[in-house]
Amino acid sequence: METLWEAVVEAGRMLVSGDLTLYGIIGLSLKVSGISIAIAMAIGVPLGYLIGSRRFVGRRLVQVLVNTGMGLPPVVAGLTVYILLSRTGPVSELWMSLFGSIAPRMLFTLPAMIFAQVVISTPLVTGVTAAAIGSVPVELRLQARSLGASAWQEAALVVKEARRGVMAAVVAGFGGIISEVGAVMMVGGNIEGQTRVMTTAIVLESRKGNFGIALALGFILIGIAFVINNGLTALQHSGGRYER
Amino acid sequence: MSARTPACTRTPIIVGEDIEVRYHKRTVLEVERFELCNGETHAILGPSGSGKSTLLRILGLLEKPAHGHVTLDGRPVEPGDKSARMMMAAVFQNPYLFKGTVGENVAYGLALRKVPREQRDERVAAALERVGLGGTQKSSALQLSGGEAQRVALARALVLEPRIMLLDEPLSYLDPLIKRRLVTDFSEILSAEGVTALYVTHDQDEAMVVADRVTIINEGRVVRSGGVDEVMTLPTTEWVADFIGMETALHGGIVGRSEGVAEVSVGGERVFAVTDLPVGIDVLVGIRPEDVLLFDADVDIPQSSARNRLRMRVDGVERRGGTDRISLSSNGFRIAASVSRASAREMGLEPGSEVVALFKATSVTVASAVGVPSGV
Repeated sequence: METLWEAVVEAGRMLVSGDLTLYGIIGLSLKVSGISIAIAMAIGVPLGYLIGSRRFVGRRLVQVLVNTGMGLPPVVAGLTVYILLSRTGPVSELWMSLFGSIAPRMLFTLPAMIFAQVVISTPLVTGVTAAAIGSVPVELRLQARSLGASAWQEAALVVKEARRGVMAAVVAGFGGIISEVGAVMMVGGNIEGQTRVMTTAIVLESRKGNFGIALALGFILIGIAFVINNGLTALQHSGGRYER
Repeated sequence: MSARTPACTRTPIIVGEDIEVRYHKRTVLEVERFELCNGETHAILGPSGSGKSTLLRILGLLEKPAHGHVTLDGRPVEPGDKSARMMMAAVFQNPYLFKGTVGENVAYGLALRKVPREQRDERVAAALERVGLGGTQKSSALQLSGGEAQRVALARALVLEPRIMLLDEPLSYLDPLIKRRLVTDFSEILSAEGVTALYVTHDQDEAMVVADRVTIINEGRVVRSGGVDEVMTLPTTEWVADFIGMETALHGGIVGRSEGVAEVSVGGERVFAVTDLPVGIDVLVGIRPEDVLLFDADVDIPQSSARNRLRMRVDGVERRGGTDRISLSSNGFRIAASVSRASAREMGLEPGSEVVALFKATSVTVASAVGVPSGV
């Protein structure tokens, strides 16, 4: 109990101390997960819309793959990306055959971490979006079309109608990656000032026996997650007085 | 059995030809030709699952048929034809209002048409006024009662000033009281706006209030089509007669005429009817059950303007809602009468009893039998 309280105090002290290393770690966490969730949304929302609203050949298979992806252990995603991007991996080989030179280092970089986080969060965004879109009645789409909506305008209306569910998809995806450690550790390498994020820093401090600092970092992470989710939830419920 | 609607006397707006729709390899709709005439309200009437909504979706360019084509003003059109779709607006069984305010809902189609905001607000206000919901723009659309929601859905379509309104069972979710009020409102609004409307319903009373012409559909096929009075009083097949609660229309001939009233020979009886058709012509004869009054055979019948007074035998009594439907015949002349349950009980109506049936010459619908198959 005492350790917990000390950690809270330490977390506050660290935040106000102006420690640039800490701010760097927080900034990097937000940057990596922010870019990742943006990419995951760009892929996952349209894909979720298609799965949730259209009948096409192979839809079931795509659905099963997405659902499986939702339960993908981050460390497995990390391992896969690691193998893909390693010096002897398929991406390096492809680079070699295309450009005739050795590929630049891809592992232990920000793009590698973003890649891994996109792999983790896209199925989450897609799956939850598909469920939300699927719950909008088919007749509502027919109604939109009957008032003159094009396919795009119809899609925009349906996403708007399913907004709460789509925002839930974003919240789920973001929560999944901001708190994730296995994949970023594996493909990022936890290099100070370059690829060290909140979660990998927590692991490092724990290993060094600095439980107080580790726990303080943990509280800061929870605090950031709280602030961000609060914003997203507010967005999710805006205009709520016009809803049942 | 005709699988087409009669040709329009005015220009047709929409024509569907050789329409065939299949779901899971089963044909659910097969219509040789359907004409929606300029300015009319055309009801598509039929039991549940008869294919009437499917026909509306095909003609309204919301679905593509497996076979056949639709023309608008003589031009072939498809669901992808945006300019054609912009001429139409639909109201469905469930209003499906979008999340947001009433005003936003009504403005939806205007926004799609890029109508400037100022003009939009004005038109939304006018449309809401038209459906009796003036000043409700700022209310939440999802907290309205069923009747209000359906009025908003109507305003959302009317505000677009469409050339063609598609109404798919717009009142069937509502309770009877609101439905009665709305059906009159809908009918008045549609005729006042001069809009051409396709109105799908399974309720014949509703069809009789709103429609100029009616097409009855059963199992995906047109079984009867024409002017509302003709279709609803002259059922040509047993199925249609049963569906609209009448006896099948009878074949007869006009045998005489005096003072604008024709004398029609039907079976072994003579009835008087108001018609312009000439003497000598073969006709179909029908009388709505509500227009027939029954009296005990042995009482003095009060003076009345009813020209037709026939002694008839009761063939059957069938309970229908609040009334009993009495099947009557005399010398091969068969009609039905609608009588309140209390009267039927008081008169002791049962198969075999004798009654006198009274009906006015103006209540007898007569139409030329040319082109209508006999013996059905």
